[in-house]
Amino acid sequence: MLRRHFTRLAGAGALASAAPALLRPACAAEPLKVGFLYIGPVGDFGWSHQHDLARQAAAEHYGDKIKTTAVESVPEGPDCEKVMNDLAASGHKLIFATSFGYMNYVIAVARRHKDVFYEHATGYKRAANVSTYNIRFYQGRFVQGVIAGKLSKAGLAGYVGSVPVPEVVQGMNAFLLGMQSVNPQARLKFIMINGWYDPPKEGDAAKALIDQGCDIITQHTDSPAPLQAAAGRGIKAFGQATDMAKFAPNTQLTASVDVWTPYYIRRIGDVMAGTWKSTNTWGGFEAGMLKMAPFANMPPAVAALASETEADIASGKSRIFIGPIKDQGGTVKVPAGATMDDAALSSMQWLVEGVEGKLT
Amino acid sequence: MLRIEPRGCESKFWRYASPLLALVLTGVVSGLIFAAMGRPPGRTVYTFLVMPLLQQDGLQALAVKAAPLVMMGVGLSLAYRANVWNIGADGQFILGAICGGGMALAFPDAPAWAIFPVVVLAGIIGGMLNGGLVAWLRIRFNANEILTSLMFAYISQYLLVYLVTGPWRDPQGYGFPQTAMFADNTLGPRLVADSNLHIGVVLAPLVAVALWLMLERSLLGFQFRVLGQAARAARFAGFRESRLVWVAMLISGGLAGLAGVLEATGTVGQLTPNLSPGYGFTAIIVAFLGRLNPLGVIPAGLLLALTYLGGDAAQISLGLPNAVTGIFQGILLFFLLGCDMLLLNRVRWVSGGTRAAR
Repeated sequence: MLRRHFTRLAGAGALASAAPALLRPACAAEPLKVGFLYIGPVGDFGWSHQHDLARQAAAEHYGDKIKTTAVESVPEGPDCEKVMNDLAASGHKLIFATSFGYMNYVIAVARRHKDVFYEHATGYKRAANVSTYNIRFYQGRFVQGVIAGKLSKAGLAGYVGSVPVPEVVQGMNAFLLGMQSVNPQARLKFIMINGWYDPPKEGDAAKALIDQGCDIITQHTDSPAPLQAAAGRGIKAFGQATDMAKFAPNTQLTASVDVWTPYYIRRIGDVMAGTWKSTNTWGGFEAGMLKMAPFANMPPAVAALASETEADIASGKSRIFIGPIKDQGGTVKVPAGATMDDAALSSMQWLVEGVEGKLT
Repeated sequence: MLRIEPRGCESKFWRYASPLLALVLTGVVSGLIFAAMGRPPGRTVYTFLVMPLLQQDGLQALAVKAAPLVMMGVGLSLAYRANVWNIGADGQFILGAICGGGMALAFPDAPAWAIFPVVVLAGIIGGMLNGGLVAWLRIRFNANEILTSLMFAYISQYLLVYLVTGPWRDPQGYGFPQTAMFADNTLGPRLVADSNLHIGVVLAPLVAVALWLMLERSLLGFQFRVLGQAARAARFAGFRESRLVWVAMLISGGLAGLAGVLEATGTVGQLTPNLSPGYGFTAIIVAFLGRLNPLGVIPAGLLLALTYLGGDAAQISLGLPNAVTGIFQGILLFFLLGCDMLLLNRVRWVSGGTRAAR
C-alpha cells in the first residue's frame, strides 16, 4: 500500500518534467473554458454558494475571454471522475474541483488529460497539472471563539461538525483556544454529521447540542440549518462560509466568509498567460482569502475585541496554535513558546483540553 | 365517483407499447417545462437521453453505472415477488464492500488469481450475512423485514464510517476518513485495459438471466411466485415459507454484497464513507420499473443510469441546475408507472346509484 502511494508520487514527478511543453498561451479568439465542480447545490447558501459567487465574479471580470461551466451536487465518488472527464472532453482547460473527496479522481483524470489544469480545494495530492488551494478557516474560528468566550454564560459552546478531517479538527481546536483565551474554563461539545450538506441532520445536531447545555453554536457544515435551529431556541450562533445573516438576523454574531474570487481570477489569468504552475496555496486573513462578516448582536466591547483579534491574526501578531497546548488527555502537544507548523496543522488529529467527546 | 378496477386481461400490444408511450409523454411534458424555462425543448430532452451515449466513453460509463443497479434490482425483484420486502439493499451493498474491501486491505501482496476471488466471495458473504440476519429476525421473532432491513442499512453505513475513520484509516492519509487505496492485484480484471469496466458489467446481465430462469422455470421459482400471490395457498401446498424467506434474503443480500464489493474494487479503489450514493434505494425503483421481472430489470437499470448521466450532461452543456434532473426523473417515473397502472387497471366513472345497486 505504501508502495502504491509512492508510485503515484513518482508518476507525478515524471509528469512535472513534461509540463512546460503544455503551458501554451490560450488562443485569444477562443474563450478559455473553465469548469467548476460543487459538492452541494449552489443554493446551499454556504460552501458551494460561495464558490459559485467567485465563479460569477471571475466570469464578470474576464467577460467574453472565458466561458465558465458549473456542475453542482457532484458526489465524491466515481461520478465526479465522469463529470471531470466530460468537462475535459468538451474543451475545458481549467477545472476547479471544490471538495476534498474529489482528490483521487482529480489525480486520475489529470493523468489522462495532461493538457488540462486542475485546481483541487482542500486536498493534499498534487501533480504537474494539479494544484491545491485552501483557506486558513481556523483563523476565523479563533475570532469566533473569542466572541463565544465573552458571551457564553455556561462557558460551553456546541460545534456542529461535518467529517473529522484535519480542517475540522483545526476548527474545533482554534475555536476553543479562542474561547479559553478569554475564559480559561471554557469547554466545547461537538457532533459530527458525517457529511457536509444535510440540513435536517445539521439542524438536529444543533438542537441536540443545545439540549446538552451549549448556549452558543458554531458549525462546520454548509447550510444555515444550525443557525436557524439556534434562532428557534433563542441563542446566538455563527454562520459558515458565507454571511448567513439574512437567515437569522437576530442570531448570527458573525460568520467566517470564504473569499475565493481573487484566487480564481489569478489562476484563470495564469492559464491565459501561460504561466500556470502547480502550487499549494493556503491563505487566511493576511492573504484576503478569509474575512469576518459584520459583528452583530453583541456588546460593542466584544465587537471591538473581535476586530482587534482579527487584525492581530492578519498581521501575524497572534498565531493561535502557540504553546503550551495540552490535548484531551493532558499531554503537552505544543510546548510553551513553540508554534505548530503547517505540516503539523495539516495532519492534526487530536483535540485540545476542554473539548468533550472523541474523534472516532 | 372515479373508480379504479382491474382490467382482468392484459393487452399484449400495450404491454410493450406502454413504456414507449411513457417515453414519448415524458419527452412532451418535460419539453414543455424546458420551454417554459426558456431552453430549447428538443435539444434539452436530447441532452438527457441521447447525448450521454454519444460522449467519449459514454457507453462504458452507462454500463458501469447500471451494473450495480441491475445486480441489486434483480435480487430485489426476486424477493419482492415472494412478498419479502428487503428495503436495505444499500446496507447489504455496504457490508459487501466492507468484507471484500477488508480482504483486499489485509492481503495486498497476495497474487491476483488467489486474492480477487477471495475478495469477491467475502463481498457476497458480507451481503448474505446482512440479509440472513434480516431473514432470521423475521422467521424467529416475526420482525417486520421492512423495518429491520432498513435499520441494518444504517448500521452498515455507520460501521463503514467507524472503520474508515478508525481502525482502517489510511495511515498516510493525513487523518482523512478513507482507507488506503487497494493494491492493484486485488482489483480484479478489466474488460478493457485501463478502464473501469469491471467484471460486474458482464455478471449483472448473466445474473439477471440466471434468476429469470430460476423464477420462471424451476420449482423453487414457482414456490416464490405462489408465496407472493397467495401465501395461504402456498402454505396449503406445503411450501415452507421460512425456507423461501431465507433464500430470498440470502440471494438479494448476496447480490447487493457482490455489487458493493465490485463497486469498491472496480470503480472506487478504496473504502470511503460515501461509497454508496444511494444505489440500494435506487435499485428498489429499478426493480419495480422492471416489473419485478429479472429480465425487465436490465433495461430499467440502464434507463435509470442514463438519466443520471444525462443530468451531468445537462449541467455541463446546458447549464441547467441539478434540480432539473430530479424533475426529469420524476416525470419519467410518473409516466412509466402511470402507463403501467392504466395498462392493468381502468378508471371508470361510476355514478352513486350504480354503486348502491351493487
